[in-house]
Amino acid sequence: MLTVSHLDLAIIGSGPAGLAAAVKAKQTGIKDLVVFERDQRPGGILPQCIHNGFGIEKFKEELTGPEYANRYIKMADTHDVDIELNTMVLEIEKDKTLIAVSEQSGLRKFQCKSIILAMGCRERPRGAIGIAGTRPAGIFTAGQAQRLVNIEGYMPGENIVIQGSGDVGMIMARRLTLEGAKVKAVAEIQPYTSGLIRNEVQCLHDFNIPLLLGHTVSDIHGDKRVEGVTLVEVDADWNPIAGTAVQMACDTLLLSVGLVPENELTRKAGISIDPHTGGPYVNELLETGVKGIFSCGNALHVNDFVDDVSTEGEIATRGAHYRIKGKMPGGKQRIALKGDSTIGQVVPQTISGLRPVMLSIRVKRPMQKMTLHVGDILEKRFPYARPSEMIRVRLPGKIFSDLKPGLTRLDVTCQER
Amino acid sequence: MGHLQELICITCPKGCVTNVWKEDGNIKIEGRICKKGRDYIKQEYIQPRRILTTTVVVEKSPIKRLPVRTREAIPKDLLFRVMEALSTIRIKPPIKIGEVILANVSGTGVDIVATDELI
Repeated sequence: MLTVSHLDLAIIGSGPAGLAAAVKAKQTGIKDLVVFERDQRPGGILPQCIHNGFGIEKFKEELTGPEYANRYIKMADTHDVDIELNTMVLEIEKDKTLIAVSEQSGLRKFQCKSIILAMGCRERPRGAIGIAGTRPAGIFTAGQAQRLVNIEGYMPGENIVIQGSGDVGMIMARRLTLEGAKVKAVAEIQPYTSGLIRNEVQCLHDFNIPLLLGHTVSDIHGDKRVEGVTLVEVDADWNPIAGTAVQMACDTLLLSVGLVPENELTRKAGISIDPHTGGPYVNELLETGVKGIFSCGNALHVNDFVDDVSTEGEIATRGAHYRIKGKMPGGKQRIALKGDSTIGQVVPQTISGLRPVMLSIRVKRPMQKMTLHVGDILEKRFPYARPSEMIRVRLPGKIFSDLKPGLTRLDVTCQER
Repeated sequence: MGHLQELICITCPKGCVTNVWKEDGNIKIEGRICKKGRDYIKQEYIQPRRILTTTVVVEKSPIKRLPVRTREAIPKDLLFRVMEALSTIRIKPPIKIGEVILANVSGTGVDIVATDELI
């Protein structure tokens, strides 16, 4: 029998969401907390993201990934946060018990008053996009290549094709070029980039790397090592257009084809997952369908900016605070936010209508002169909207005074003007 | 008239496209652009500058690479020269975050600093 220890708060993951949650918890008087981290160092994915562009909102300066992580690690040290490294959480249950394992402490069981899930996300691999061809060495996700180059000090190859224009893919196109590789093309199946314009300019244009929109890798060649790929143009339904196939010689293929929130633990605990985000359904304090279990950062939904990830960690801590004290004002009131066919995702999925809330919305396709409606309580105009840029809209608390009593649903809709 | 360039503003995610040229010693910008964007586009036309982030080789440590950056932006056309200069650098722990790894790299007047600590 495992002995059971008690915790007010368990945080799973010490990336930018988990660390921000932990620091906020200590600052607001939660003493009895542990951060579980399976890696040998805190920071999550940030140590390998050596490029700049982090922290503009939180620290008002442009930091690199390791610098951003270090700011939070220092704060965590100052507040004496207990980060258990090399410790893997194996299981959480609905009753908020948690089982963790590590070499130094073996198996341990904790009964927690609240849990914050901050496990981050994973990259979609080759299998998720179904590229035909052989299975040679030389196929990596962009993040794998990033780790190889920036942490391990190895080059994944010399002549490189990148499938997908996600931010990490474009950042790796620049990184590998600076390190002497030849990036022959970035192919994107959609007619627009899936990353930020800043990265398209500074990572691709700066180095004359061709961006092939509406193109995809349809075949991979090579026996032991990648020898080349077939690139085809696709139509609006992503079907290959006959006669457009070209061969491109390369020794390495990188995939930057999207990120998926990591939620194995969440599912095991019986928490329902929103198929649109890949993360759990949450309310405005980021509480999941199970009382006392919260989700934040890229485990909740894939964010564009690390600053927003950390802010979500802080919001989850506010929620955890109520549960630790045993009171959740407005815990029973639920108004569902439902996106129409133009909306890819909305977080949170339910609100109480009792406190201000920041909505994170992604549209499904690019739109010009877009007007967003949240029921009849908010109308906001945008010059444009793109799937690659999360729209953030604040609903101030006073907005809810106009709500009809007994309202259970608000429709979120987008129209072009 | 100076050479015409199409430049995309990256000051915000909107990505405004402008045409830029020089006329009678003045920089002319065509295309809708905000004040902040205008300053960026002017600098980008006169001399594009970038912050370079890369790694240097670490010796005598289980850690293989230390991430570094130019403290400020350097002229874009010097990026590869600076990469070359950094390729021969070998460092040993301990290193503090922000510590100067190479001063005045390639005569730019800009220092290369550590962006992580090395214990």
